[in-house]
Amino acid sequence: MTSIAIPSGMPQYDDVPRYDVARVRADFPILDREVNGHPLVYLDSANTSHKPRQVLDVLAEHYARHNANVSRSVHTLGTEATEAYEGARAKIAAFINAPSVDEVVFTKNSTEAINLVAYAFSNASLRPDADPRFRIGPGDEIVISEMEHHSNIVPWQLLAERTGATLRWFPVTDHGRLDESGLDDLVTERTKIVSLVHMSNILGTVNATSRITQRVREVGALLLLDCSQSVPHLPMDVVDYDADFIVFTGHKMCGPTGIGVLWGRGELLAAMPPVFGGGSMIETVTMARSTFAAPPARFEAGTPPIAEAVALGAAVDYLTSIGMPAIQWHEKELTAYALDALATVPGLRVFGPNVPVGRGGTISFALGDVHPHDVGQVLDSLGVQVRVGHHCAKPVCTRFGVPATTRASFYLYTTTEEIDALVAGLEQVRKVFD
Amino acid sequence: MQLDQLYQEIILDHYKHPHGRGLRDATDPVARVGEAHHVNPTCGDEITVRVTTDGKVFTDISYDGMGCSISQASASVLHELLRGRAADDAAVVHEAFVELMSGRGQVTPDEDVLGDGVAFAGVARYPARVKCALLSWMAFKDAATRAGVGVSPEVKA
Ligand SMILES: Cc1ncc(COP(=O)(O)O)c(C=O)c1O
Repeated sequence: MTSIAIPSGMPQYDDVPRYDVARVRADFPILDREVNGHPLVYLDSANTSHKPRQVLDVLAEHYARHNANVSRSVHTLGTEATEAYEGARAKIAAFINAPSVDEVVFTKNSTEAINLVAYAFSNASLRPDADPRFRIGPGDEIVISEMEHHSNIVPWQLLAERTGATLRWFPVTDHGRLDESGLDDLVTERTKIVSLVHMSNILGTVNATSRITQRVREVGALLLLDCSQSVPHLPMDVVDYDADFIVFTGHKMCGPTGIGVLWGRGELLAAMPPVFGGGSMIETVTMARSTFAAPPARFEAGTPPIAEAVALGAAVDYLTSIGMPAIQWHEKELTAYALDALATVPGLRVFGPNVPVGRGGTISFALGDVHPHDVGQVLDSLGVQVRVGHHCAKPVCTRFGVPATTRASFYLYTTTEEIDALVAGLEQVRKVFD
Repeated sequence: MQLDQLYQEIILDHYKHPHGRGLRDATDPVARVGEAHHVNPTCGDEITVRVTTDGKVFTDISYDGMGCSISQASASVLHELLRGRAADDAAVVHEAFVELMSGRGQVTPDEDVLGDGVAFAGVARYPARVKCALLSWMAFKDAATRAGVGVSPEVKA
């Protein structure tokens, strides 16, 4: 192997944080298994990630040793469970650099977190004394983009229907980037909230948010970032991003299903009306009316997913122990490798940025005119697990004139050998359908 | 799971060279026409099936759509099998195909009834693909009902 010396003073190869992928893979029991007689090649982490033993153990241990309800008992088990649950909240707050632990609201997933904000808007709109930032009606506008997951489209469509507000959106360019050219016309004094995906789950695009944030501040609107695909893959700092809300979902970041997060600026959450009513979210209740607890409790009615939250805390510990910058770099290298490798496949067309810049390790493509279902089926017979379909982002498919795409997505445990297996599998697909 | 059980030659053949594809208008001005559009929400496959009938016989079954090899081949086979058939007769074939697809691979198909449809026996073992195979058949059923000719027997034997 030849090596080229990088002049001193320039960033050196070893400056980049790295980790041993084989050692990471050993933490994930499922990666040992076979599928259809082949070693598992899991390229569907954008859909859901696998869970390391460190997380599975915490989940089992919680039920085996510390099980009790939270925030409502003085006994020892109740105290242990509460400490574990609140401890997880603190870990997650630190993970995203939240200024206060109380800014982290546990939800079921990203979808619920977005709906929570959308319904807070409706509830506020029914109450004249509510904070005007949450009051919305005819003449007001909600801005999203054409590259959203359905979870960040439908709740806003429903909000617009309930309140008479108007839904508008950023278009997507041919290269799969957000088209910000109409920013000043799109985000105006009429805008109440801009809700934007940080990293697209279908195109892989990572949106640069600073111009939008600046415009949102100028017009006095609120900004929600759907970080379902970014928080698992890159370092997140909510102060640095200067968003008002972010949402993410535990199962895509080595955590269990059933747990997600709404982060909101403390002052804003304090001004936000409750959505779900029930136990644990109140200050006091009489038969006539109730008053509500401060955030985050105000938004966590009923018994929460306790063990899942605790396990998400373990997932965050796990990711932190490897290092988010290292994970981000690993995926950047994989993405560069994969884009090059896929470019060698005849008839393959990538939807989304075809350079590993401003994008993450999620690559959607078409293989000639073979339907993605058929691509996915042949790949599955070789143990290669990709997602096929519209990826809950139908408007993107429509934008690119296809009913569906095939999508390969990577994570911290993905290897270049797995990408090779994908490329070899695509050769097999071409054989069957040519 | 063997891939060639799923992608039988016959299926690939119908997919690459579909029979009767394209929506056609009725040639007989008094014919009854029914149409139905079905989508498979999980994958975005779509099909429109149009039936033309004189009240007894399906004089034409035309279709258009986009989707995977299984859904498109299945529409081609549907056209082959049911066009020109009397409604009662078509109902028997329809029922046999639905039964085959719902059988999780446990049903032995009768080639006399199902013709090229027997090639879909392997598909029944892939639960994720059964919907693809049934898409055009379900659209056909709705289209036939709209044309005033039911194809699902009132009482199942
Ligand atoms: C960008 C994006 N937003 C929202 C979601 C919804 O996540 P969940 O289904 O966990 O609520 C997903 C995951 O599918 C996603 O990729």
